[in-house]
Amino acid sequence: MAGFLLRRLVNYVVLALVATFLAFTLASATFDPIGVLQQRNPPPPAASIEAKKRDLHLDQPIPQRFVTWMGGVVQGDFGRTIADRPITDELGRRIGVSLRLFLLGITIGILFGVLLGVVSAIRQYKFSDYFATLFSFILLSTPVFVLGTLLKMGAQGINDSIGTNVLIFVGETTPGFQGNWFEHLGDRLQHLVVPTLAIALGQIAYYSRYQRSSMLDVLGSDFLRTAQAKGLTRRKALFKHGLRTALIPMATLFAFGFGLLVVGGTFTERIFGWFGMGDWLVTGISAQDTNITATVTLFVAVCVLFSGWLADVLYAALDPRIRVN
Amino acid sequence: MTTSELQFDAPADAVVDGPVLQVEDLHVSFPSESGRVRAVRGLSYHVAPGEVLGIVGESGSGKSVSSLAVMGLLPSSARITGSIKFQGRELIGQNDAELSRIRGRRISMVFQDPLSALTPVFTVGDQIAEAILVHRKVSKQAAAKRAVELLDLVGIPNAVERAKAFPHEFSGGMRQRAVIAMAIANDPDLIIADEPTTALDVTVQAQVLQLLETAQEVTGAGIVIITHDLGVVAGFADRLMVMYAGRAVEKGNVDEIYQQPRMPYTLGLLGSIPRLDVGEKQALVPIKGQPPSLTDLPDGCPFAPRCPMVVDACHTAEPPLMDVDGSVEHAAACIRTNEIAATDAEGAEAAVEIFGAEVAAEPEVARIPREQREIVLGLDNLVKEYPINKGVVFKRRVGTVHAVAGISFDIREGETLGLVGESGCGKTTTLMEILNLQKPMGGEISVLGTKSSEVDGKRRFAIRRDMSVVFQDPMASLDPRLTINDCIAEPMQVHGYSKDEINRRVPELMRLVGLRPEQLSRYPGEFSGGQRQRIGIARALALEPKLVVLDEPVSALDVSIQAGVINLLEELKSKLGLAYLFVAHDLSVVRHIADRVAVMYLGKIIEIGEVDSVFEAPRHPYTQALLSAIPIPDPVKERQRERILLTGDLPSPANPPSGCRFRTRCFLHASLPPEQQRQCIEVEPPRETQAADHEAACHFAQIRQVL
Repeated sequence: MAGFLLRRLVNYVVLALVATFLAFTLASATFDPIGVLQQRNPPPPAASIEAKKRDLHLDQPIPQRFVTWMGGVVQGDFGRTIADRPITDELGRRIGVSLRLFLLGITIGILFGVLLGVVSAIRQYKFSDYFATLFSFILLSTPVFVLGTLLKMGAQGINDSIGTNVLIFVGETTPGFQGNWFEHLGDRLQHLVVPTLAIALGQIAYYSRYQRSSMLDVLGSDFLRTAQAKGLTRRKALFKHGLRTALIPMATLFAFGFGLLVVGGTFTERIFGWFGMGDWLVTGISAQDTNITATVTLFVAVCVLFSGWLADVLYAALDPRIRVN
Repeated sequence: MTTSELQFDAPADAVVDGPVLQVEDLHVSFPSESGRVRAVRGLSYHVAPGEVLGIVGESGSGKSVSSLAVMGLLPSSARITGSIKFQGRELIGQNDAELSRIRGRRISMVFQDPLSALTPVFTVGDQIAEAILVHRKVSKQAAAKRAVELLDLVGIPNAVERAKAFPHEFSGGMRQRAVIAMAIANDPDLIIADEPTTALDVTVQAQVLQLLETAQEVTGAGIVIITHDLGVVAGFADRLMVMYAGRAVEKGNVDEIYQQPRMPYTLGLLGSIPRLDVGEKQALVPIKGQPPSLTDLPDGCPFAPRCPMVVDACHTAEPPLMDVDGSVEHAAACIRTNEIAATDAEGAEAAVEIFGAEVAAEPEVARIPREQREIVLGLDNLVKEYPINKGVVFKRRVGTVHAVAGISFDIREGETLGLVGESGCGKTTTLMEILNLQKPMGGEISVLGTKSSEVDGKRRFAIRRDMSVVFQDPMASLDPRLTINDCIAEPMQVHGYSKDEINRRVPELMRLVGLRPEQLSRYPGEFSGGQRQRIGIARALALEPKLVVLDEPVSALDVSIQAGVINLLEELKSKLGLAYLFVAHDLSVVRHIADRVAVMYLGKIIEIGEVDSVFEAPRHPYTQALLSAIPIPDPVKERQRERILLTGDLPSPANPPSGCRFRTRCFLHASLPPEQQRQCIEVEPPRETQAADHEAACHFAQIRQVL
């Protein structure tokens, strides 16, 4: 099993390389950082433009640029931005910001999504099922920037009624905040609540629909009846035998949901002023910066492939039928 | 087994005197879009301690619903009224928590489909241990140990290791054993077995029935066994209850019901079963029509629309269950029981008389001696192997599945060859090779003298006109989006029949298979299983083939419906002079319909010949075991029969035993002296002539009567 997963991982390295190469090539071929530079007013001197070209390796053919950049990446150097700042310095911080935001949001989304789905399935066609369905469809059809704005307004309302700013919805921390680690934690939590909710709500709605249908499949199954015939109460049979089996098809969904959200959360990051990976991608593209774009793409590729790998591991853990010898 | 018995309380420790289970006037109904479905309507029965009650009926007769009501496992939408007393205690109205203390402890259940009855994600051992842990305060280790003992008791070899296996690593028969182990884990007082053998192979069916008897002996529990097959319960049940449309229509001692059935429905059920022990052509009784819709039942007897004895009085009121023949035990719900009693014939013969069933005539071509008839299909040493590959990117071959290991037979004009064997023996592979018509991996397939290895695409297409197929599952083998007309017309369109010809022929085919041409514009979903199988047969006959390949054509149907389809097939054969290759695992059906029979084991034909010769004087131990495993619907005969029980399951065809492939499960081999055993191990027995048109592949072939 470990060998199998290791081989998978090796395959993934190749795939990540291909994805990054394509993104790098595409970005290099379309971006025109020198053009942006030349349009400055007053125009920079020709010598400095030439120097910039050399710095950005624009004199080399694209594949060679990729090799040069990749050579740095292998050693942990992701190159420099057009503004000549090392990408590596910013990368860690931004990954941290994104993960903090999304890991929590998704975890909450999965937990409550599964719970809501299970309850909906067990109480199919009862009021709570209809309510959960309505709730999910409304949330799923609301774009995240609308939801984000609504949440901001709601948070403002709460703050006003309490009289202090309990819920902070701009940035991930208060600039220049002073205090011990505990106070820092509190400050970060205050910033975290509203954006996490913005992510979690959508996720709950999404997962609950899938969990509901996968649970419904299991509800009519013979083994659930066997479990009850042994003397388990319905509730116990449902959770121990039913939910455990109904979770199997969800594993892929969970894993890829995570991988895609970390980078798909551009809107959320922008709305709440969090400078994470999604935000960076937009910044990179608007600055016509190949290195940022390629770095973010590499990160996306790693996330998605890691998710695929995680899905395999989860599957193997949940379902004995597919364990490979 | 003597040590195992110690684990159970003595069977005599009945807690309460009187019946274990007493059901009085039970009604169960469900809501549906077309009104309330009254699945059970006033059912009363009882089970005494240690007694075996058989409940028999077609699908939808309410037999499963009534037992799920006893278990308290019906969905919450079900409305249940009446009384279910278990050991004197009323079960209706108890909540889930109270019932769960009885379920699995005092009443346990064995379900129909062992493949889905176990949770796929937990080990078998854990699931059995769970049954103990729910009810008893014992340590996990003790429960696990007991689970292993139980697995051992139900005959799982190497139980310590196998307890750690997951359900998918068990064969169907082993899973059913595991479910039975679970059912007897807490020494229950009542075991309900709902069609426990329906999904299993005959050899495994015999093992499971035997095991249920053992379970009954060690626990002393009363057993309710539910089945649609009267053969299964003949030797096992003490009393029988026949259900129809949610009510008991006849009940009594098992001997009485089989010998003096007093309700036409019971008669029909008895008459519809092909008998393994009847040599001359027996007429099968089909019960026409379908069970009534349970949403709006007509006044009067619900069986009246299908009954051959119906009179006007039958439509006025539903007859109650009344004692017949002056016996207190035997009761039937029919106003004409006295007239049935007046017929001289017994059991199935009475059914033939009353239902007026006839034996189809022999086809004309059958009068010509076999050797002079044309060979329609010939298989010469056919081989089919599948590679076992390993690796994702670089596949390398690590083994070979010898699915079909050199088989030969021929089918002549107007003849039916039955191909039988357990699942996994290579029947289906053989069939697929024949239908494929490609050059085989080894050997030769010839259809009407044309060799499949020598034909090109055009010729192959032409041959397909002479050979058609009817599949096992009538639900899945018709496209749900095509009307019946389109389904039947399709083969003719493909083969370039003109529109006029098709329009003329389709209604003709419908009439031929006993359906009304007015129904042609309907969709498959509107037909019952039996009707759909008739549509499948009509489609197969569209191109006027010489050979029809039938892949278990009746195994998915209820017995009463099955009889109608078998009769149709026989009639068509005689009318159209067809040859059939009839693949089946049910030997009774094969005995009824086939002229010759070939028995397959692990990719080889081990015995082949004229059907009466093979059934009455089987030479190969495997054939003998197969035949002895088939229950005969006659309680007296059944109790006297000696079963040859095969041990274990079919070995893997990837790694067949050396020499004789059957030796690992062979009772004859086991009884031989070592030097003769060596011959079995080292030399593969060739197929040798045993009698006229009767060959068997066994070094020590000898006749053994098993019927």
